Amino acid sequence: MKHDKIERTPSLMIVLIIVAISFGTLVELVPLAFSKKTTTPIEGLEPYSALELEGRDIYIREGCHTCHSQMIRPLRAETERYGHYSVAGEFVYDRPFLWGSKRTGPDLARVGARYSDEWHRAHLYNPRDVIPESNMPAFPWLFNDTIDAKTTPLKLATLRKLGVPYTDADIAGAQDAVEGVREIDALIAYLQQLGTLIQARR
Amino acid sequence: MSNFWSGWIILLTSAQLVAALWILLGNRKKPTREIKTTGHRYDGLEELDTPLPTWWVYMFVSTIVWSVGYLILYPGMGNYQGLLGWTSIDQYEVRVAEADEQYRAMRDRYLAMPVEEIAFEPKVRKMGRRLFGNNCAQCHGSDAYGAHGFPNLADDDWLYGGTPEAIKATLIHGRQAAMPAWQAILGDSGIEEATQYVLSLNAREADSGKAAKGAQHFQAYCAACHGADGKGNQLMGAPNLTNGIWLYGGTADQIAHTLRNGRNGKMPAFSDTLTEDKIHILTAWVYGLGRSSSTTATAANL
Repeated sequence: MKHDKIERTPSLMIVLIIVAISFGTLVELVPLAFSKKTTTPIEGLEPYSALELEGRDIYIREGCHTCHSQMIRPLRAETERYGHYSVAGEFVYDRPFLWGSKRTGPDLARVGARYSDEWHRAHLYNPRDVIPESNMPAFPWLFNDTIDAKTTPLKLATLRKLGVPYTDADIAGAQDAVEGVREIDALIAYLQQLGTLIQARR
Repeated sequence: MSNFWSGWIILLTSAQLVAALWILLGNRKKPTREIKTTGHRYDGLEELDTPLPTWWVYMFVSTIVWSVGYLILYPGMGNYQGLLGWTSIDQYEVRVAEADEQYRAMRDRYLAMPVEEIAFEPKVRKMGRRLFGNNCAQCHGSDAYGAHGFPNLADDDWLYGGTPEAIKATLIHGRQAAMPAWQAILGDSGIEEATQYVLSLNAREADSGKAAKGAQHFQAYCAACHGADGKGNQLMGAPNLTNGIWLYGGTADQIAHTLRNGRNGKMPAFSDTLTEDKIHILTAWVYGLGRSSSTTATAANL
């Protein structure tokens, strides 16, 4: 095929470009979507409770994932600091996953149960109150705003369609579970369970 | 990985390598002296149609040769593990084992020695400082001076005891304070009276009439944990209320707030995250804070 012809036929060029750039996706991503190793939850992994799920949505809304990763790589420097390296089975109910790619703050993959709820409250209200050197923004509005519980059952139902095993009872009880709850409490509930299923002494 | 997906990866990867080579070499033009143009003309400008430089073509081919070598040595072709049998987890475990080998003897030596003996060893102070920075400083501060609600570890006032055994127990099992809320029992006036009494315990300015009533509340409700004299009880983590050190602030308002709502300070347990030897070193480091050995100055202990 003559180069000239490809350059003069944009539709043909588009098709060929798509073919050329799809190899990476087809080879590196598609097989993982069907691999047992990446789609089987680790032992004890439960779907997020309604409260944790709302906390996770606040985590996304406030952009926590832009400065905090949630993925400990199998490197000694990381496991010494954060704990056991992350495994794929921990994230099967994460839609979307929040691995992140930048660490302005520390990795949070195993932050669950590391600090007290009270510490998280103080720290999120104003990080400088507990860590004077911190450059993390303060999130004081989380202490006033409450969760919009009307949408919670819809979120669970949507996730169920995507394969997260929520029961009818989970969805029916979702609204009551988060009705009137402050955003800060939902966020802390989410943070406190992060990565707690795998513990390793280091 | 199933054989289907393994084959899928092998096929696509090989096909892509072959296609890349074919596109490159199939379209290659021999370098000539003649100056060719593509025939495109834009406002009188012509586009040169110069062949790819030979050195560039060789570089491209060498990357493909490299990738073939890589795919033979390392895992990449589906289920094929590569001649080297390399995995990232194996590499990680080797690194961990090497570090363990390197440091274990030293840690074991320190683990066998009593906390009091190693608390001022320069190496222990260095290691303890690192461990503290990673695990404790978020609450207790990078200087160990604490923060509102998180105790100062560099003074000699201890909630749960400052002996090596007590510090180690705190680290291993964590601590959970349980000061109840007294608003429902004492009411507004009772809270105010108890607050005045607590102030008077510290020889601070207090309304003596209210403080006298507060003393009765104190004996009825507070003395069980804080002691009849208000000097606290380390077995229960009840702080000394007479020494002017306040975990949650010592103004009348702050004291009243604590009385009204209670306090449930929590120290997380580290038995699941840190190994015994590291807890031992941390214990020694904390124990040595604010104390001076005969040879070391206090400020240098950080």
